[in-house]
Order: sequence, then C-alpha cells, then structure tokens
Amino acid sequence: MLNHILSLMLLVPLLGAAICLFVDAKAARTVALAATLIDFALGIVLWNQYEVGGPRWQFQESAELFAGFSWKLGIDGIALMLIELSVFLMPICILASASIKKRVGEYMAAFLLMETLMIGVFSAQDLYLFYIMFEAGLIPMYLIIGIWGGADRIYASYKFFLYTLLGSVLMLIAMLWMVHEAGTTDIPTLMEYNFPVEAQKWLWLAFFASFAVKMPMWPVHTWLPDAHVQAPTAGSVILAGVLLKMGGYGFIRFSLPMFPEASAHFAWLVFALSMIAVVVTSLIALVQHDMKKLIAYSSVAHMAIVTVGLFAFNVQGLEGSMIVMLSHGLVSGALFLCVGVIYDRLHTREIDRYGGLSINMPKYALLFMLFTMASVGLPGTSGFVGEFLSLAGIYQVSSWVAFVAGTGVILGAAYMLYLYRRVAFGEQKNADAAAMTDLSAREVLMLAPIAAVVLWMGVYPESFLAPMRQDIATLDARLSQAKPEGDAKLTAGKPKAAAAHEEPAQHGGAH
Amino acid sequence: MDPILLIVFLPLLAAAIAGLGNRALGNVPAKAVTTLALFAACALSWPIFISFVSGHAEPHVVQVLHWVRSGSLSFDWALRVDTMTAVMLVVVTTVSALVHLYSWGYMDEDPDQPRFFAYLSLFTFAMLMLVTADNLVQMFFGWEGVGLASYLLIGFWFRKPSASAAAIKAFVVNRVGDLGFMLGIFGTYLVFNTVSIPEILVRAPSMAGSTIHFLGMQWDTMTILCVLLFIGAMGKSAQLGLHTWLPDAMEGPTPVSALIHAATMVTAGVFMVCRLSPMFAVSETAMNVVTYVGAATLFFAATIGTTQWDIKRVIAYSTCSQLGYMFVAAGVGAPGAAMFHLFTHAFFKALLFLGAGSVIHAMHHEQDMRYYGGLARKIPLTYAAMMAGTLAITGLGIVDVFGFAGFYSKDSILEAAYASASDSGRFGFWMGITAALLTSFYSWRLIFLTFHGKPRWAQSEHVQHAVHDAHGHGHDDHGHGHAHHDDGTAGYHPHESPLPMLIPLVVLSLGAVFAGWVFSHSFISEGGGEFWKGSIAFSEELIHHMHAVPTWVKWAPFGVMALGLFTAWYAYIRNPRLPAAFVEQFGVVHQFVFNKWYFDELYNFLFVRPAFWLGDKFWKWGDIGLIDRFGPNGAAWVVAQGSRAAKVVQSGYLYSYALVMLLGLTAAISWVMVH
Repeated sequence: MLNHILSLMLLVPLLGAAICLFVDAKAARTVALAATLIDFALGIVLWNQYEVGGPRWQFQESAELFAGFSWKLGIDGIALMLIELSVFLMPICILASASIKKRVGEYMAAFLLMETLMIGVFSAQDLYLFYIMFEAGLIPMYLIIGIWGGADRIYASYKFFLYTLLGSVLMLIAMLWMVHEAGTTDIPTLMEYNFPVEAQKWLWLAFFASFAVKMPMWPVHTWLPDAHVQAPTAGSVILAGVLLKMGGYGFIRFSLPMFPEASAHFAWLVFALSMIAVVVTSLIALVQHDMKKLIAYSSVAHMAIVTVGLFAFNVQGLEGSMIVMLSHGLVSGALFLCVGVIYDRLHTREIDRYGGLSINMPKYALLFMLFTMASVGLPGTSGFVGEFLSLAGIYQVSSWVAFVAGTGVILGAAYMLYLYRRVAFGEQKNADAAAMTDLSAREVLMLAPIAAVVLWMGVYPESFLAPMRQDIATLDARLSQAKPEGDAKLTAGKPKAAAAHEEPAQHGGAH
Repeated sequence: MDPILLIVFLPLLAAAIAGLGNRALGNVPAKAVTTLALFAACALSWPIFISFVSGHAEPHVVQVLHWVRSGSLSFDWALRVDTMTAVMLVVVTTVSALVHLYSWGYMDEDPDQPRFFAYLSLFTFAMLMLVTADNLVQMFFGWEGVGLASYLLIGFWFRKPSASAAAIKAFVVNRVGDLGFMLGIFGTYLVFNTVSIPEILVRAPSMAGSTIHFLGMQWDTMTILCVLLFIGAMGKSAQLGLHTWLPDAMEGPTPVSALIHAATMVTAGVFMVCRLSPMFAVSETAMNVVTYVGAATLFFAATIGTTQWDIKRVIAYSTCSQLGYMFVAAGVGAPGAAMFHLFTHAFFKALLFLGAGSVIHAMHHEQDMRYYGGLARKIPLTYAAMMAGTLAITGLGIVDVFGFAGFYSKDSILEAAYASASDSGRFGFWMGITAALLTSFYSWRLIFLTFHGKPRWAQSEHVQHAVHDAHGHGHDDHGHGHAHHDDGTAGYHPHESPLPMLIPLVVLSLGAVFAGWVFSHSFISEGGGEFWKGSIAFSEELIHHMHAVPTWVKWAPFGVMALGLFTAWYAYIRNPRLPAAFVEQFGVVHQFVFNKWYFDELYNFLFVRPAFWLGDKFWKWGDIGLIDRFGPNGAAWVVAQGSRAAKVVQSGYLYSYALVMLLGLTAAISWVMVH
C-alpha cells in the first residue's frame, strides 16, 4: 500500500466525489466527512512513514500513460508539509459546511474534487501533470464561489478567472519551451537543469505571472478580497488555507531551483512589490468594515512576508517562508471559520453589527483571541516562528526590506486588535448579536484542533521544520551560485584598546 | 526537579486551570489555585535569592525544550538562573503573590474573577520567562507575553470603550518598540551568528570599532545594535516618545497597575539593558543615548505628575519618571544601581498603587483627588502604608544612619551619574536632582490632597451614586438627608479595606521601609562584584568614585526632598489658594504640562489619522479606482466592446477557461508527440 499511498490519497476523495453526486444531502455530508477523514488518516501514515533525512524524493510512483505524458508522483518534505495542511483542513471544511442547504451533493463533490487536485499539485512530479492539477484545481473553486457564494458571486468569480487566465497561459508557454529545451517533463530533473541565463529571465517572468496572481502579490491581489467575501465559509478556508499556498509552492519548486540566476536578478522586483504590499494592504485592512475583506487584505500582507523570505536566498528565509505558509494556512483558515461562526448566526459580515461578544460567547472570544494573536505573530504561536525566521533571513540581504516588511508587525497588531475590539469588546449594542449562542460542539471541534496545532507549531516547530530541513538545505545549495551579497558590509572589529583614539570619529559618523 | 521549573510553570498551569475552567470552576477555586501557585513560586524564589546574597549559589541554566533550529540560527527554551534572575524572581513572584491576594478583596464584586486571576497568573508566567531567558528570542517571547497579558488586563473591563482603546494603544505602541527589538535581534544574529546572551556578551568587546550598514547608512556596529534593542526597551519601559500608552493603561483594575505597570513589566526594559550591559558598555554612544533618554523622561514625566488630579495617573507618571532614573543609572555604567532601584521601586511603587487602590475602594471608585481630603482618620492603615511608600519614593534618610528604600537606590543613581564625570552623566544628575524635587512635591501633594485637609467628596458623582444607592435600597435609617452634611461628606463614610487588601499593604510597607537598608550592601557596595557574579557589567571603579563624590552631592537629594515637602505643605495645607493662583498666573505653561506636553494630540495628527486616511485612499483610489478599473473591469469592458456580448463573458467564463486550458494541453501534447 505504501508504494501507492499518494495515488490512494488522490483516489479516495475522487471516489467520494463521485458518490456524493448520486446520494441525498445527508448521505453526501457523511460520505464527504468519511472521505476527508480517511485522507487525513492516510496523511498521518504518510508523515509517519516519511523518512526524515532519507532520500530526497519519497513515495515515488510512475506510470507511462501516453505520448510521453506520465503519471508521476512523489514528495519531498516541503510537499509533505503542504499535503498535511490540506488533509488537515479538509474535514474541518466539511464540518464548517453545515449551513449549506442548496445542492449539497454537488457542493461536497466540488470540495472532494478540490482535495484530489490539491494533493495532486503538491505531489505531481511531471510538469504537465502539475499543470493540469494546478489549473484544474481552480475549477471547483470557481464553482464553489459561483454557485454557493454571496450576492455578488458572479463578479467575484469572473475576476478570479480573469486574473488566473493570463498567468496560466504564460506559464503553459514557458513549460512547453522548457520541455523542448531540456527534453524531459520530469520535475526533479528540471530542478537540476541549468537553463541559459537569458532564457531563465523570460521563463521566470512567465511563471511569475502565474504564481504572483495565486500568491497573491500586489498589484494583482484585487481578486482575493472579492473572492473571499463572496465564497462560503469553507471555500474561504480552503482558498486562504491551501490555494494561496500554491503560489508559494510554485516559487519554491519551480522559480527558485529552476531559474536561480533569474530569481536573483528579479529579487528586487519581488522585494519592491512585497514591501508595497505589506504597507498598503495593511493600511487598507485598517479601514475595512467587512470582516472577510479585512482578513483577506491581511492575507496579502502575510503572503508578502513569504515572498521576501523566499527571495532572501538563505536557509532562515526559506524555512521561515514555509512556516509562514503553514501558519497562515491554519490561522487565516481559523479566522475565516470564526467569521463563519457568527455569520451563520446573524448573516452579516458588517463589523459594526457585532460588539461585546465576549459577554455572550466567551469560548468563541477565547479562540478568536488566540487566532488573532497568532495572526499578529505573538511568540508562542505559529505566526511568530515563521515571521521571525523570514525577517531574520531577509535582514541578512537588506535591512531596508526587513524594516519595511517589519512595519507589518505594527500595522498587523493595529488592524487585528481593532477588529477584535469592535467584535468582542465594548457594550452589546445590538440585541440580536447579544442573543447569539456560544460555540456548539461541532464548532469547537472545528476550531480546537487548529488552535492546538497553532500552539504546537509555535512552541515546538521542530516537528515541522525537520522534514523540510534537508530539502531546504539542498535548495539553499542550489541557490548559492546566485546568492546576492548582503547590504550589511560588516567590517572586522578592532581590539578596544587600539581603537580607543579612533572612537570619537567612529561615533561622529554614527550620528 | 530544579525549583526554577516549578517557579516558572506553576503560574502557567494555574492560569490554564483558572482560565479554561472559568465559570464552570467557580470563583473561589480559580482564585485559590492561582494564588496558591503564586505563593508557592514566591516561597521557592526567596531561597534562591538568599543563596545568591550569601554567595553560595552558582549561575546555571536548565534546558527545557528545543525551540527553533534553522541553519545556524538556533535557540531553545531554557531557564537561566543567575544573580540578575534571582533578583527579578523575588520581585516578580513576591509582588505578584501579594497582588493576587489583594485582588481577593479588590475584585470581590466583579463577575469575571476567574478570568482576572488567570490573566494575572499568565502575566507572571510570561514575566518569569522573560527574566530567565538565556537567549534574546526567549526574552522576546516573555516580552510579548507580558505585552499580551497587559493588553488583556488593561482591557479587562472591556465594556468600557476607554479601556479597550487603552488596551490597543498599549499593544500597538509597544509593537513600535518591538520592531526595534526584532531588528536588534536580527542584527545581533548577523554580527555574532548566535542569539545566545552569554555568547553575545563575551564576544561583544571584540566588535568595538567595527562598522555595519543599516538602512543604507554606515554605523558603529555595537552602537546601532544597542540602540535598536534600546528602542524595544523604550517601548516596554514607557520612555519619552513611546510613553503615551502607560498613563492610559491606568484603565485597568488597580491591582494590575501595581503589578504590571509599576513593579514588574515596565521594568523589563531596564532589565534588558542591564542584562546586556556588557554589550552596551562597548558603545559609548549607545550608553549616552540611554542616559539622555532616561534623563529626559524622568524630568518630563515628573513635571506632568505635579499637575494631574487622577490619583492613579499621578503614580503612573511617577513610575515613568522612576524608570528614567533606572535608565540613567544603566547609561552611566552603573547597572547595579539601576537594578537596585528596580528592586526597591518594585516594593514602594506597588505599595503606592495598592494603597491608591485601597483609597479608591474606600471612595467608591472615585479617582479624582479633588474629591478626596481628610481621609487619614477614616482609613488610618491605608494612610500609614501610603506614608511609608511616600517616604520611600521621596528617599527620606540620613547618610550613614538609616533611610527608606528609595534613599539608598535613588541616591546611588544620582551619585553614579555625578561620579561618571561625563556630559551625559552631568545632564542626568541635574535632571535627576530637579526631578527629585518634583517627585517630592507631587508625592506629598498626593498625600495632602488625599489624607489631609477637609473632606471634599460631597461633589463626587461616584460617592453620590453610592449614597443614593444606599438610600434607594432602604438603608436610610440614619434619618437625615444630604442637606445636613455641610462637612463635605454628603453622609458618605469611607471605610477601611478588608484584610486580604491590608496584608499586602503591610508586607510591602516593610519592603518600602527596609529593602534599601538591608540589601544596599549586596547590590551597590564595593563587594557588589561578588554578588553579581558577572551577570551585569559591574564597575568597582565607579563605586569608588561614587563614594568619593563631594558631600553636597550626597546631601542634595535630601535638600530637594525637604524643599518639595515644604512646597507641597505650603501650597496644599498652609495656603490652599496658592495652586489656583499659580495656574492663573502661568496658564500657558500649566496647560502644556497638564495636557501631557500634547504628545497624544501630536501622534494622532502624525500617525493615527494619516494611517486611516491613507488606508482609505489606497483602497478606494488604488485598488478600486486604479487596479480594478484598468485591470479586470477594463478587460471586461474591452471584451464586451469587442464581442458586443457581455453576457457571454459573464456567464461563459468557466467554459472559456476550460477551453483555453484544453487547447493549451492539446498543443503541449502534440508538441511532445511531434518531437
């Protein structure tokens, strides 16, 4: 079974999806929950059996299909962690879909199909297979937004589509060229292939067009707030939790190892866009009246920390970015669940319609506070570890980037605490909000596991770093040929006694 | 098991039990479990401290768990026990245990007691993690943890808009400092390739005279690292510029003000600078920055303290000012004196706050001193405790005989500032002397307004509510109404606080009276090096210079203390019309000082409003007006114009997408087949 565990993990939700289409609503919920739980169990087996420090690619399987197109799967530690994130969030999403009443079977089928495709993205080792999974993975999302979304769902999914279209066309063309040049569709081989530097730049830009949209980076982020606002709760969770991670995964799997020189060449483009994103989207988050929009904008700011870390070209930056991705997947997912909990009760995302929820919903207030703090990056939660490593990584390249990206630490606290204050603190000014009941057992079951993992990742991130360590070290070695020089320009220290008479001059310069 | 593990983790465990148990657990069990945990931690801490005082203990580190391993950047959860830690352990656990006990009385009528006690214990845990940190990142963990607890406790009465606003302000202003702290940690890691505090301290001297680029400018390496870290300290310790959150933090319940915003958390910045004092000592510029900022703060805060009417705000500005003294000491190279003042200040300032809490409790939550007066006879024990605290903070004492706590610690700071013989030290000294005069004035002003003179609370709304409630509930068995009370009491008779509140007052009074006398030898004598065991940059030489200062320097603090006392007596007892006349004469100056030098208004104008304005414009002009208009909406418009079939675009996008993908794939596969 272990030889084909990845195929099995793809198959289980796919089968579940097929069954869901033909059964009634209640049965569909059960089937979906069972399928996602089985996949979660398989995920645990996968993690358990993954040999830390073992071969770089594990659980590989390969079957020639036709015309050079092959079914090739396999994972490294990075993919493993993202798969774990996906299978962990899926059962929670199914639980969070209790308020969906319309076309439940199709809804569950869409989610299960998406799970298959997500795992497919992270485990594909064939370039075309990856492309199919990567692009097709968005189709269920369009459906989820377009059918089960809010009032403006058509506009939102249209925007989503338009942005992604441009990127995916360019990426496909780049892939065709690459296969032509390197003569293989095998991703591990391509990761070690040295493309000509000039060609790298064009290829890098083509991939960037796709990944920057998925990430999303400023200024191609405007689809995200609309998509989140219109998506049903579980859709938002998967969108923020896993789909946004595909952009980061793309950078770490394709752009960086395949085009190291081009990555170094364009690093400043990435830094510039990321710095703008941190400041601009954080400030925008500050003035939002819609909870989901606020969290969506905060996602853009957090993803900017991921991109600066990835392009820091060092171990701390890369590991930090991975942890930010995992952490953000959990935390923003949980925050969208928190919004969903009260949306289900009052059917509004307007922040001002709530207030004083700490009084009637103390359990909710506690968990919401925890996730708020994790989003703010409080040490002891997962948010801190990633943010800290990422910024420590980028500091070695440029103190300016670290400083500007670091302002997100201040602004993040401002907009998240301002949100929390308006929702949970203050008087209960709205009678209907004051009458809302605290978390049900189902809702606790959704949020408590995420809370536990957020703390686990914050206190002992070694569990999550260990599987990725070797892969990141390999990537770091691969990148070393193009590594930029830091801007610190540290000069050697002089023994204090000898330097004594020079010190006034030194300090004069310091002012 | 090493006792330090129990000291640190018992409060965490208690916080979890009380917090998660919350209403299910009930008030008394939640309160009992947290209070017992703290008394246990306190009982375990004192022997550690005593063993360091007697010189029998050796510094050691207890490893707990790996935290992060990332390339060469690695740090663990570990508990460091050395002299610095031992001092902080007794300060934190003692004040915290007493505050827990005090809160049994003070918070007795609050509906949310388990939550309150859980926060208090959580705070204590975070503070203990901070003081036992062996690396900068764990220190940052504690740093942020106490920030969280502070945020939760300032906003404890979250129904009050002012409380939740103050909570956010405290967190966000602190985050400004934290950015400096984080950048300082990154820089330290870049330079030393480690974040372990002992390793950094050993290697810091070798970096003297080296340079580094930060934000495009060339700096002396140790200067920029220390200044960045110090920015963090300025935030947490409410130094000038980043102080605005501290007065607002008084929105929290008074026991919180005593524990967090007086005795422990706000001293974290001082602790950090002292802990890293061998590092700061390498950069003269950084030391000067610390001294100047401290000196400016101690003066600035003291001026505001003289004008405030809210009893807690007076003490809050006093705290801000006293923290400035500690930074002056650290800046002139006397971290021993800084730590000693931190130690004594913890006792007398906690005492003053808890005393103020007792007054507020007696006065039915009235905090305006204009509505106090003549309370000495009503609440004599509180009066005695506040007297002890005031004598300690103003530093009454006779050289070489006996003095209250502040006498030893504050005077040693002033002597060190004078003895350091640097420009910054001189500045610190003169500012310190001036502020000592102001300190004496505002402290005695507080005592006279509160406890002396005639009762003035008839006009107080809080007291009127209390009287009215009592009457409304049918307790009007005295048979007389308001009109009969022309003695200013309106029939309201303040009563002394219950025992759980009085015991902490008594214990802390003992500290305020004797802590200086008992421990000055260990902390700041020539033999101090034995006591500190290298945990701070202790300079025997400076101690010698301190002892050799001119006699007038030794007596100057006493002189200004007496002058302040006399002025306060003259203005508030002898000639009570004088302050009003003064205010009329110097209206502009008074307005400026009374309004806290307009810092809040300035920051509002410079940062808060522009942030919201920019956010709005970035959103409406940038995202909607520019990106969406010319991006997706523009594309839709073009397509619609071209095909004249907007509906196809809007409803058929899914199919066109699938089509594009399919076409692409077909192309790809045929390409591969052809080759």
